[in-house]
Amino acid sequence: MSTSERDWVRVLDEDGTVVDGATVPDLDDDSLVEMYRSMRLARHFDGRAVSLQRQGRMGTYPPLSGQEAAQIGSAMALDEGDWIVPSYREHAAAYVRGVGLDQTLRYWMGDERGNRHAGLNVFPVAVPIATQVLHATGAAMAADLAGEDETFLCYFGDGATSEGDFHEGLNFAGVFDVPAVFFCNNNQWAISVPREKQTASATLAQKANAYGFEGVLVDGMDPLAVYQVTKDAVAKAKRPEESGDDAPGRATRPTLIEAVQYRFGAHTTADDPSVYRDDEEVERWKAKDPIPRLEAFLRERGILDDEAVEAIGTAIKDEVADAVEAAEGTERPAPADMFDHVHADRTERIDEQAAHLDRLRERYGDEELLE
Amino acid sequence: MSTQETSTQNLTLVQAVRDGLKSEMERDDDVLVLGEDVGENGGVFRATEGLIEEFGGDRVIDTPLAESGIVGTSIGMAAYGLRPVPEIQFSGFMYPAFDQIVSHAARLRTRSRGRFTCPMVVRAPYGGGIRAPEHHAESKEAIYVHEAGLKVVVPSTPYDTKGLLAASIRDPDPVIFLEPKLIYRAFREDVPEEPYTIDLGEAAVRREGDDVSVFTWGAMTRPTLEAAESVAEDGIDCEVVDMRTLSPMDTETILESFKKSGRAVVVHEAPKTGGLAGEITATIQEEALYYQEAPIERVTGFDVPYPLYALEDYYLPEDTRIEDAIRKTVEA
Repeated sequence: MSTSERDWVRVLDEDGTVVDGATVPDLDDDSLVEMYRSMRLARHFDGRAVSLQRQGRMGTYPPLSGQEAAQIGSAMALDEGDWIVPSYREHAAAYVRGVGLDQTLRYWMGDERGNRHAGLNVFPVAVPIATQVLHATGAAMAADLAGEDETFLCYFGDGATSEGDFHEGLNFAGVFDVPAVFFCNNNQWAISVPREKQTASATLAQKANAYGFEGVLVDGMDPLAVYQVTKDAVAKAKRPEESGDDAPGRATRPTLIEAVQYRFGAHTTADDPSVYRDDEEVERWKAKDPIPRLEAFLRERGILDDEAVEAIGTAIKDEVADAVEAAEGTERPAPADMFDHVHADRTERIDEQAAHLDRLRERYGDEELLE
Repeated sequence: MSTQETSTQNLTLVQAVRDGLKSEMERDDDVLVLGEDVGENGGVFRATEGLIEEFGGDRVIDTPLAESGIVGTSIGMAAYGLRPVPEIQFSGFMYPAFDQIVSHAARLRTRSRGRFTCPMVVRAPYGGGIRAPEHHAESKEAIYVHEAGLKVVVPSTPYDTKGLLAASIRDPDPVIFLEPKLIYRAFREDVPEEPYTIDLGEAAVRREGDDVSVFTWGAMTRPTLEAAESVAEDGIDCEVVDMRTLSPMDTETILESFKKSGRAVVVHEAPKTGGLAGEITATIQEEALYYQEAPIERVTGFDVPYPLYALEDYYLPEDTRIEDAIRKTVEA
């Protein structure tokens, strides 16, 4: 670890005890239980998703275990009209914002309809690294121009901070002082390249200084701390301070949050992390597992007991099983679907090609054609 | 047709760009322009001159110097519901934005199954012949045409520029609008003050003829017409088709013309290999082979990196080279 843990904003220590001087965020009991339930759900979902891939029932999938607190704590801090602009690993954040688990499964099962979140303020996942940072900045500029009070929460990883689009996105955000929160899931590894090899900066959060706004370093495996720093950043995005002039370094709305965390599993199901990191490191980070931490806190407060924990365990299994059934039960997309939505209307040439595929299917049948 | 007198202005092509932007911005508050030097400076070619005074800094935005930033934020704006018209100062500097264009702008509609769209027009001066420094003269239209989900437009007259730009801005999908800077100020034309559109995907027959069909676009249209006049003196009657939109391409007009003449020449500044002349030729082979009387000629840039300007006149097709190809086709 390149920085001292003492520098991280933290509410719960590794045992779930409130650290000295920390303030527990103002969340009612139901919200705290929901935070816990969502993390348990995400963990179980993740295991099932990896298993589906191993069984050949799903394509390549990027697991999130270990990163539940960062995703759920941050997404819960948004107001109803706010947006998330995810990368490709934020299944849990998307769930908090209303995206069904079955939808997420559909996408990773190769069905593009799983990327359509009608009516939700959720951007489609972005697979190229850091490209979505600019979309968040641009959409935040647009919302601001329209006079809407909406904040854009943009997720990316530690590797993304090396990309030009990260720099350009944050630079534009500072210059135009946009209502955006840039949330870096620093999970220590960009596939096999460690955080230390991405940058000589002591922290990723400090990069915000270069763009003229605030950077925050938080324990990304402490859901309460993540919730609080994101809540503060969202509030700041909505309440621009009068800076008085246009001098550089005066952007008051955007924030860069570096949530320090760890990916317990592989980068994707196509990756074998044992090649580049040892078990000892993984175990060290597992001591910070966000789920037992929050559970210990909630038990200590008398909000959870054995019975409630067990009931949640049963309910989440059912919910994930239902999602798998729904995703696998969805009819596969029709071959003609790929020709739709290229443009608002099909061009003549695309129409001809669609008709050509139809003729081939008719003549040879799918079995022979796809052999 | 209205009998009412329409007032016109006598404009150059670059003035028609400005006029097109202005009239679309007046029509629709969602239209905004952004880019390097587009505000106070009015654009390095003056394509956005005076717009900031008229529409203010919220709709005419001077951005940091970052092409991916300009296009990427425009995609975010478009996804949110605006109609951004980003300017890339020279098409040779679009490559930093290439990832945003192909990975996101071109795919946003399809990958969200229509939930998000990208009504954005990326404008860029393009093409050679102005004695500019390195990286200021290339013609890369084929790269964008190859990318599903994009439309590609290259105007060749002031009148068309305004109408095609308006159609591009009103189009629900991303358009790459390449402006032939060689003819930015080459000539003037009457352009109506009122907004109007020219449909994308429709070529214009600039000269009718039966003997040979010459397909071209952008700055090559004028030398092609000159060559056509020159060979006409020897009784060769060329049809000159200005493609105007390169994607989607007006295949119907290409085939109609070719079926009449049975001979074709394709003229473009871009290098030969992988250039759109190959696409046009293949389309003719697929759809009209039995009308063909002679091999199809391609008059193009060479397969070399665009040379510095001491040699650019040798690189660029001009009327003599075009004439040579026309005669060869007719004599074959």
